[in-house]
Amino acid sequence: MKRYVARRLLLLVPVLAGVSIVVFMVLHLSPGDPAEIMLGSQATQADLARLRAELGLTEPLPVQYVRWLAHVVRGDLGRSLWTKRPVLAEVLDRFKATLVLTTCGLVLSSVIGIGLGVASAMRPHSLLDRGSAVASLFGASMPVFWLGIVLMVLFSLWLGWLPASGMFAPYGGGDLRDLISHLVLPAVTLAAASITIVARLTRSTMLEVLGQDYIRTARAKGLIERAVVLRHGLKNALVPIVTVIGVQAGYLLGGAVLTETVFAWPGVGTLMVQGILARDFPLVQGAVLVVALTFVLVNLAVDLLYVWLDPRIRYE
Amino acid sequence: MSDGAAAGVRATAVAAAPRVEAAVRASARDVLHRAARRNRLALFALAVLVAAVVAAMLAPYLPLSDPDAVDTANRLKPPLTPGHALGTDEFGRDLTARLVWGARVSLAAGLGTAGLAMVIGVVLGILGGFYTGAIETLVMRLTDILMAFPYILLAIAIVAGLGPGLRNAMIAIAIVGFPLYTRLVRGVVLSLREREFVEAARALGSTDPIILGRHILPHLLSPVIVAFSLDVGAKILATAGLSFLGLGTQPPTADWGSMLATGRQFVILSPHVVLLPGLAIFVIVLALNLVGDALRDLLDPRTRTS
Repeated sequence: MKRYVARRLLLLVPVLAGVSIVVFMVLHLSPGDPAEIMLGSQATQADLARLRAELGLTEPLPVQYVRWLAHVVRGDLGRSLWTKRPVLAEVLDRFKATLVLTTCGLVLSSVIGIGLGVASAMRPHSLLDRGSAVASLFGASMPVFWLGIVLMVLFSLWLGWLPASGMFAPYGGGDLRDLISHLVLPAVTLAAASITIVARLTRSTMLEVLGQDYIRTARAKGLIERAVVLRHGLKNALVPIVTVIGVQAGYLLGGAVLTETVFAWPGVGTLMVQGILARDFPLVQGAVLVVALTFVLVNLAVDLLYVWLDPRIRYE
Repeated sequence: MSDGAAAGVRATAVAAAPRVEAAVRASARDVLHRAARRNRLALFALAVLVAAVVAAMLAPYLPLSDPDAVDTANRLKPPLTPGHALGTDEFGRDLTARLVWGARVSLAAGLGTAGLAMVIGVVLGILGGFYTGAIETLVMRLTDILMAFPYILLAIAIVAGLGPGLRNAMIAIAIVGFPLYTRLVRGVVLSLREREFVEAARALGSTDPIILGRHILPHLLSPVIVAFSLDVGAKILATAGLSFLGLGTQPPTADWGSMLATGRQFVILSPHVVLLPGLAIFVIVLALNLVGDALRDLLDPRTRTS
């Protein structure tokens, strides 16, 4: 186990290096450099040259990259051009809200998705199964931001059951109940497509597993159906399901940008979009880096989870 | 039957060609008929798609009002208003005209990004699958790194670097999207590379370009067509998403994503300015997915759904 974890951690190094190069390059793709953005259009050539030298922009790109990386490793992501605050603090501040939203989305899509999938597999071609097939087609075709707006119109504007935007009520809120009522619509919007994907995959994997000999054995020795399906069926179907849930985690982290914008959720997604429109590159770079690192770590966690689910994997 | 064997029996086959051809044509027609019967829904979806594409292409010749003509006296009119069948938006612009003109942008963006991603992905996939060593390592590491980012996030980051706009949004989405094709194609090429007909072609002295073009590429057609048909819808969603964030199509150009974004402020008074463009995206992508699924059933018997 230890050796497997060590090898898996070692494999992270090239991926992290690649991610950092891509994130670094993004800033250098842009037509204007940070000096021009910081000084604005009124700046003289001399001012620009001085600031460029000061920021190290005159150095060759590899040198700039290594220097930037050295700062990043020490947790220094630079300062936002817009708020002048350190980028890391700014991003981590907002990242909490994104984590709350994506974690809820992930829990919803796993619990409802697996539940729906197992139920469909137990009664294939039933009304529930067909309904879930149609829902998965809709889920893959519906723009997530549009679904969010439709839910908002329905449940906030017409029915008035839930708040339409933000994370907390502007006045008198701030407790857990307030948070949950604000969280319901964004989390459901974010999770909708994932629920259907997890449900369909769970259904097909479960159907395959339920046809195995050991399931017949379990039934033959008189186990109740619940134990057969959950302990013998679901546990063996979990490896592909966990894989797809890991993929969904990345989808949710990315999709959160759109959902956050619809519901004015104060997360890292809205921060990033504001940063792009304000051409605040250090901020965007920092936000992308933090989210990408989280995604890489989630994938690592999924890989380690496999070993726990299926001990055969570690001997490969 | 492998290509090498096919070349060997070509002489004898010539005599029987008309009969064989007729039989092949009959069986192809049979397959199509069976598929059509099984999948009326997919045919209907195809009809919707064709209608949308034709309407989008003929937009300049259709009796529509100017999609950018501002008429502040008639702003936010509900659907079924005389003269404005689907109502007007916040500047009094006719929504029917904007939806049809927006279809041009959205459909072209979806097809264009999926096409670009496919070309890059297929070329890299062939190279990565056919040549071992440095090329393979380079291609696979590149796709690994791109896939280490959440999908939309990387597209947003690239647009941040290139600057907002439809063209840049399309480039960004194509860059993010090509590893899908690279993975798919490389897998197929890896298994084809070891097959007898490739060995036979090499033994006959064929050069790599001929082996790749004549013997390997034809085998890639059906998986790539299926992937592409399902991908266009995803790409329409992605470009609409970037437009929704203000990073794609810039005003006043009509595109379904940006129409949704600007209409959002008026959703309380006039939900139709938001619901209609979203519905258009939904219907088109749904139709694409239905047709894509049907194509997969037709071209790839292994994944046929029961």
